[in-house]
Amino acid sequence: MINLVWLIPVLPLAGFLINGLFRNSLSKGMTGIVGCGVLLASFILSLLIFGQVRQDGFHAVTVTLFDFISVDKLHIPFAFQVDQLSVLFLLIITGVGFLIHLYSTAYMHEEEAPHYARYFSYLNLFVFSMLLLVLGANFVILFIGWEGVGLCSYLLIGYWFKNIEYGNAAKKAFIMNRIGDLGFLIAIFWMITQFGSVTFTDVFGGAKSASVGVITGITLLLFVGATGKSAQIPLYTWLPDAMAGPTPVSALIHAATMVTAGIYMIARSNALYSLAPVSQTVVAVIGLTTALFAATIALKQNDIKKVLAYSTVSQLGYMFLGLGVGAYTGAVFHVMTHAFFKALLFLGAGSVIHAMGGEQDIRKMGGLRKALPVTSITFLIGCIAIAGIPPFSGFFSKDEILSAAFAKSPVYYVIGLFTAMLTAFYMFRLFATTFSGTFRGTHEQEHHLHESPLAMTIPLIVLAILAAVAGFLGIPDALVPNAHVLEHFLEPVFAAGGEHPAVEVSHGTELGLMALSAGLALVVSLLAWSRFKSKPELAEPTGFGKVLANKWYVDELYNAIIVRPLNGLAKFFVWLERWIIDGAVNGVGRLVQYGGRQLRLLQSGQVGGYVLLMVIGILALFLVELFVKK
Amino acid sequence: MPINYYIFLALALFCIGVAGVLTRRNAIIIFMCVELMLNAVNLLLVAFSKMHQHALAVTNPQAGIDGQLFVFFIMVVAAAEVSVGLAIIVMMYRNTHSTDVNFLNRLKH
Amino acid sequence: MIPVLLIAIPLIGGLAGFFIKDEKSARGWSLLVSLAALIVSLWGLSLPAKSPMLNADAEWLPALGSRFTVGLDGMGQILCLLTAIAFPVIFIATWRDEYRKAWNFYALMLLSQAGLMGVFLAMDALLFYFFWELALIPVYFLCSQWGGEKRIQATFKFFIYTFVGSLLMLIGIIWLYSHTADHSFSMKSFYDLRNRVGGQEQLWLFWLFFIAFAIKMPIWPLHTWQPDTYEQSPTATTMVLSGVMVKMGVFGVIRWLAPVLPVGTWAWGDTVSALCIIGMIYASLVAIRQDDLKRLVAYSSIAHIGLMCLAIFATTTSGMQGVMIQMFNHGINIIGLWIVIDLIERQLGTRKISELGGLAQKAPALAILLVIVALANVALPLTNAFIGEFLLFSGVYASKATQYNVVFTVVAGLSIILSAIYTLNMIQRVFFGNTNTLTEKAKDIRLNEKIVLAAIVVLIVVIGVYPKPILNLTKETVDLIITKMNYKS
Repeated sequence: MINLVWLIPVLPLAGFLINGLFRNSLSKGMTGIVGCGVLLASFILSLLIFGQVRQDGFHAVTVTLFDFISVDKLHIPFAFQVDQLSVLFLLIITGVGFLIHLYSTAYMHEEEAPHYARYFSYLNLFVFSMLLLVLGANFVILFIGWEGVGLCSYLLIGYWFKNIEYGNAAKKAFIMNRIGDLGFLIAIFWMITQFGSVTFTDVFGGAKSASVGVITGITLLLFVGATGKSAQIPLYTWLPDAMAGPTPVSALIHAATMVTAGIYMIARSNALYSLAPVSQTVVAVIGLTTALFAATIALKQNDIKKVLAYSTVSQLGYMFLGLGVGAYTGAVFHVMTHAFFKALLFLGAGSVIHAMGGEQDIRKMGGLRKALPVTSITFLIGCIAIAGIPPFSGFFSKDEILSAAFAKSPVYYVIGLFTAMLTAFYMFRLFATTFSGTFRGTHEQEHHLHESPLAMTIPLIVLAILAAVAGFLGIPDALVPNAHVLEHFLEPVFAAGGEHPAVEVSHGTELGLMALSAGLALVVSLLAWSRFKSKPELAEPTGFGKVLANKWYVDELYNAIIVRPLNGLAKFFVWLERWIIDGAVNGVGRLVQYGGRQLRLLQSGQVGGYVLLMVIGILALFLVELFVKK
Repeated sequence: MPINYYIFLALALFCIGVAGVLTRRNAIIIFMCVELMLNAVNLLLVAFSKMHQHALAVTNPQAGIDGQLFVFFIMVVAAAEVSVGLAIIVMMYRNTHSTDVNFLNRLKH
Repeated sequence: MIPVLLIAIPLIGGLAGFFIKDEKSARGWSLLVSLAALIVSLWGLSLPAKSPMLNADAEWLPALGSRFTVGLDGMGQILCLLTAIAFPVIFIATWRDEYRKAWNFYALMLLSQAGLMGVFLAMDALLFYFFWELALIPVYFLCSQWGGEKRIQATFKFFIYTFVGSLLMLIGIIWLYSHTADHSFSMKSFYDLRNRVGGQEQLWLFWLFFIAFAIKMPIWPLHTWQPDTYEQSPTATTMVLSGVMVKMGVFGVIRWLAPVLPVGTWAWGDTVSALCIIGMIYASLVAIRQDDLKRLVAYSSIAHIGLMCLAIFATTTSGMQGVMIQMFNHGINIIGLWIVIDLIERQLGTRKISELGGLAQKAPALAILLVIVALANVALPLTNAFIGEFLLFSGVYASKATQYNVVFTVVAGLSIILSAIYTLNMIQRVFFGNTNTLTEKAKDIRLNEKIVLAAIVVLIVVIGVYPKPILNLTKETVDLIITKMNYKS
């Protein structure tokens, strides 16, 4: 069975090719069937493989397909690694991915058939890249998927290519990702020189004998890659702009694929990170800062998708905090729960936007609860889950990270907790503004309001159930001993990395912390709910609120310190090229021409003149011969 | 007779020739001056050849013969040159009704 | 046998082409000849490396000690294959381009192919020089007769530049020849020179050769002929120039400079690497601001070639393998880009990015194919260029020839980001957005162009996924060169 693992990425690839090549001849129905069918097949295959992997005593299996690059002593096979971590991600990607595909069949139904097929082919390619990423048995295969998802995000964000704005957002995503990719790439080269291999087992095995400095360097460079892909400071600004794509794409990028790549990569390299405490601290601090920073921005956003985008950035920060403090299981757990509730929230937002005829500004919504019952209930479940209110899934995963952070340093915990409160606040602000109160849109929109079709609501319901119950996979020891299924499952992967933080918090403290965070989340949620349910925030923010609404002016800052100087430099080089370098070349030519013109004057045409010159020349030679040579 | 006398005579002839070529504009006179220079050289060649013959007669009876051979060559060439040169001058006179070389400056254009 | 055929087929075909005074038959004839060369090249590939068919040797100029020695080693195979693929592709893709006195045009194209083949096959220094010039002369005529508005200036610049380089190289060859043990131009005698030429001499001899090759590649700051020439030449010639001819420079360094003058190469490695890197960043930034599609591609090519040259001087096996495979890839990819540009120009009469836009709506197939080729240009994984750039960069990083290997990798790596910027800018401004009055009437591509571009895309992906055959092909050459380069006197 496991030897068939290559089928899992190949199926979406086949879907991509079929939909892409025959986009002009396939009907929309066929396109949808192909697009969703391949993913469903992949999902079933993943389930089967999962069944095998979850048996006790399973050891990681490497499936080598062929020799990819083989030069000198460096051998990079095109190989897949099947273990607990990759299988878990396979399930998330294909499962959530399938739901998003299903949802898209209805959401994108108004597109023309060729574009519809193009959309599905991109989606399939996206999933293919992500599967490659999590299945790769070495860093190069991982990198292939890594750049692949960057490409697909570019294609999908810029899906409506007539709009230049969207195109710019797509470009920004790709280029910011590339900046991170460079770091990743250099890390790979370093590994090659250091370990002579990029295969996970070789690298992790060799790491123990390498110096701490080298490991720190490699891990930091890997982390640079992760900041690009997983939208952390300083490379996060592309993610909110990525909302330009169709909403299911946002769901795919934010929940199932792409942004979790950085988490996966670091979790996968846990053996390296555990050897480099400096890198761990950096990861934790950047993660925490991003979490807080993005949460403050989300407070004042009025675009339904932008709020969710910043909440993703913030939640990703959480995951990095988890990785940084050594709670790898917690981070992966949060990836999973986040995949459920964020996909749910985005698809819910898509349902709202669908109903509102493309409107995304929450100030023009309100009171949608009546018109969109399924959407509003599932959305509420998503909000509760992300806010960290027990017993929904977000609570368990977030809490695992927080308690690990507390064990590392209470400062981490306090900031983390504060961010969690902000999360609860802005999510319920969003929910209250959108779904309660009275409708504030145009009359026509109100007339048009409707619940979405089944193909859209079914994924919502499934995801809502998952978002509600997935938390029970990771019940902390403090509540029920030995009930943390996920930890048990992932143990073989993280055992090498020394999963447990050095200082364990006692069960009593942990319970206390849990109660504190749960209580605070609940209180803040209710507060936000009561504050915004009848009196939504409609006025333009002023003062500090304005700074937040403008995202701390980070885009403007980047523009001023990077984009413009670069443009200036380019302009200067063009000038240099034209007037100095090419000028020198042309100058030599002109000099020769000028010299020729001047020398031409000697050619008077008078025979006597020539003879005179000749005689002078001969005399000069005589003189040289007589006087100088001696 | 010491060789110096020959040398000075040839030098004087040669310089007269050069001066003539440089200063005169009449093509025929220039031409004659060129001949003068050639003959100055011929004179030198003959003189040196005689000198060498004297000096090396014991070891090499053939010594100095090539200098005299050269003279003959130069005389032949000069004769050929005269025929061609005079022809050119005649043509020139037919065309420009003058033998002034300064009229022949078309090449500069 | 095969090397002789590879040279003779286009040479005779080209000479015969002058006498076919009919446009259509001349076109058909040239395609036929180039396809024949491709078949021979494929035949050569199918033979085992030791096959006697792959070498030929004959008396040429015995008085000078120069023989007509040609042979196909791994590097020769790959570059001859590139040349053999490039010409039919160019002929098919530009099938609808019209030329004055087309028979002369096609004949000259074939002659330059013969010259190129000779350059890649020659195992004798004088023969190499002979073919080097033979390949260039037809190009001078092609540019100056069929080029754009400012073709004369551009050709003149190109001519002077390359000629200066060639003469310097000729001096170098003669100097080396006079120091060979057996007064011969053969490659073997030249490779033995390392023991006979002192370190001091190698220091200046290096530049005699390197300037010639650097002009051809081109390396900053000797590159200014390139954008002008690419812009002014007819596109078919531009494809030859950028797709195949710039490889002459890279090839020259690998075969005739690095192994012959290892001390000089070692000593100047850092200087040359610095020039390469400056050139990469510089060209990438200049490319961002270009409005003419041809100039944009020209500058991007300068950046890519700079990386290859950088990797040569890194003196590592992986880097050198990267150069080998990347020479092929770069040729394929850039020809693909030129084809697209040629299509756009022929349809709409402009190459100005600012005048285009929204082409994806009107020509979706063209847009898709271009995007794939462009992605190969930015070295996205699973395209051929990724394999090349990955090996190149890893070679530079692992270099022991310089102490600045990390700095070189990082700074050169910036060009990866910059290349994404200018390539995506170009795609967006030409293909995305809304149509304007000019692009409104654009049509999608026709079958012949689709076939050619699709073939290029297939090559891009196949090599990107399974590069092993090519890597195996050049393995022996690479090992040989690296051993020669690593020689310490």
